Amino acid sequence: MTTPGTSDAETWPLWEVFVRANRGLSHVHVGSLHAPDPEMALRNARDVYTRRNEGVSIWVVPAAAITTSDPDARGAFFESPAGKNYRHASYYTKAEGVKHL
Amino acid sequence: MSKSYADHDVAPADDRAHGQVDVETLELADELAGDSGAVASVDAAEYALWLGDDALVLSQQLGWWIARAPELEEDVALGNIALDLLGHARSLLHYAGTASGRSEDDLAYWRDEPEFRSAWLFEQPNGDFAHTIVRQLFVALYLEALYSRLVASSDATLAAIAAKAVKEVAYHVDHAEHWMLRLALGTDESRRRTEVALADLWPYLDELFEDSPLIDRLGDVGDGGVAVRPSTLREPVMDAVARMLAQCELDTPTIPFASGGGRAGRHSSYLGYLLAELQVLARQHPGASW
Amino acid sequence: MDVTAVDSGVQAEQARFDELIAADSRIEPRDWMPEAYRKTLVRQISQHAHSEIIGMQPEANWITRAPSLKRKAILMAKVQDEAGHGLYLYSAAQTLGTPRDDMTDALIAGKARYSSIFNYPTPTWADMGAIGWLVDGAAICNQVPLCRASYGPYGRAMVRICKEESFHQRQGFEILLELMNGTEAQREMAQDAVNRWYWPSLMMFGPPDDESPNSAQSMAWNIKRFTNDELRLRFVGMLVPQAEVLGITLPDPELRFDEQTGQYVIGPIDWTEFEQVLSGNGPCNAQRIQHRRQAHEDGAWVRDAAAAYASKQAARETQAA
Repeated sequence: MTTPGTSDAETWPLWEVFVRANRGLSHVHVGSLHAPDPEMALRNARDVYTRRNEGVSIWVVPAAAITTSDPDARGAFFESPAGKNYRHASYYTKAEGVKHL
Repeated sequence: MSKSYADHDVAPADDRAHGQVDVETLELADELAGDSGAVASVDAAEYALWLGDDALVLSQQLGWWIARAPELEEDVALGNIALDLLGHARSLLHYAGTASGRSEDDLAYWRDEPEFRSAWLFEQPNGDFAHTIVRQLFVALYLEALYSRLVASSDATLAAIAAKAVKEVAYHVDHAEHWMLRLALGTDESRRRTEVALADLWPYLDELFEDSPLIDRLGDVGDGGVAVRPSTLREPVMDAVARMLAQCELDTPTIPFASGGGRAGRHSSYLGYLLAELQVLARQHPGASW
Repeated sequence: MDVTAVDSGVQAEQARFDELIAADSRIEPRDWMPEAYRKTLVRQISQHAHSEIIGMQPEANWITRAPSLKRKAILMAKVQDEAGHGLYLYSAAQTLGTPRDDMTDALIAGKARYSSIFNYPTPTWADMGAIGWLVDGAAICNQVPLCRASYGPYGRAMVRICKEESFHQRQGFEILLELMNGTEAQREMAQDAVNRWYWPSLMMFGPPDDESPNSAQSMAWNIKRFTNDELRLRFVGMLVPQAEVLGITLPDPELRFDEQTGQYVIGPIDWTEFEQVLSGNGPCNAQRIQHRRQAHEDGAWVRDAAAAYASKQAARETQAA
């Protein structure tokens, strides 16, 4: 399943844009735009999403290329982590108050 | 007739409910590049007008495209280019003005056509998108060659202006080249239009490479001088143009060059109209500030 | 197909949706949502996007004639921002399944709505100030609460837009401030522009609450946070001290502060004008659409060329691979 809004009918396809604001942070999704090809998509992204020094790195991805998790299968897909509290530090109460733990 | 009911502050206590918009406090970089308070020599000021008027005229032309571009993303892109050029124009005109105690606005709005120093290529009309892109290709390649050399100017202000401009102009070249390829090699219609634009604009290239006694007085950057001798740009720029045309599978036109005269205040018939529009409001209110 | 199973499936989805709304949480693309909610959002978001795009025109009108280079730069940047805002909003609307091309076609065919405030002309430079101060000011009042709209992409687009919009209102205010501190002719220009834009900007908040049919549902869905009248009065309350600073008179002889309610009281709004302009009889309705249509049609060969080049390139790469 592609990102929502992908359509074959458009003259210029849809691209999703990710911008990393600074070294050390990660790329964040900021929106989408239309462009005929990857090079123009990157340049358009620079023009539309970074006019105020918002970014040092831009990724553009065709919306059609993104695989998304299926919200209808949400229950099954994301059920497993629930209840496995031992993966979280807060589960371990006996260690509370002991320094450096 | 205003009453002072302004005493009542009705900003509701539930501002949180309305939401907060944080306006970031930022370290703002200098608005005008190279503005160190230096005063230009009469010759350096004249040279700055050549460059500044080129940028001003082109910025004015590109500004027209905003809200008319072929796609919204291009409204934004051309807007960026226009703003870059306007920034160059302001820095250069500001500097030029120091020689005669005039401001950037004095120069932009209160000089008449014969006092402008723009070259004819910048004055050619926008035409269709193909004309605008071909014009952009020519001017951006020229400006890139010019500014990359002007960074070595012995005039510190011009060097500083060039240092900022050269980075921005690299992007203008990139933009123009990308569009040239798509227009020349896209559809039959786009190719036809590109060929027409190429023929229409070709005559105005050569004026960019004309020397003048002003340049002799200022000296070329290669000899520790202030200016970039225009004729030194002919080969690198025409080579870059030729390479691009080859990539686009376009034939180099064999059309004669026009004789120009912009650096001496003799302009194409388009400049008068462009200036009339640029200056009309300011001139209706002499002495006013905005 | 087991109808009861389908029904209870939809019921469960509706319950989940209601839970998210009640918790003031976000609905994201691809979440189940009532069809009416989706339709309302597509309508509202695309209208908002169209407004930004159409709104570029009255201001772009003054770019080539801006009376100082600094003002020219500021105005260019503002109009450019508006294109960007349109893009963010079209993006958000597209996540609901409507391609941007379809939205553009609807606008050009005169089938889509946009804020009627942009159907007024901008005959003077002072209109740039009035639009920034009043129209963008009203837009901000409407938009800041939308940052908490229940639909995720819309709320996020609004956060981005609001940050940029705050510059727009300030630049408008400063234009007017310069004019009011200027020559007699400049002061008259400023007051005249405010006289023309004030009432239309109040109308931007929509009809009075008792005549606003869609509001209740939108509020229940957390798309709309405050009523039209609430926002309108809040806006007036913010303008009054600003007008004082400017030395400008707001053209409402009945405007006064009511000590008892702690609210401003405004004069009657001429809603017939609003309806006229909304139904196409405003001064610039035809022009705004024509301009947009022209730009779109003139640009078709360019868009086609870029698309053709892209497919040729893609074909070349597949062959080479």
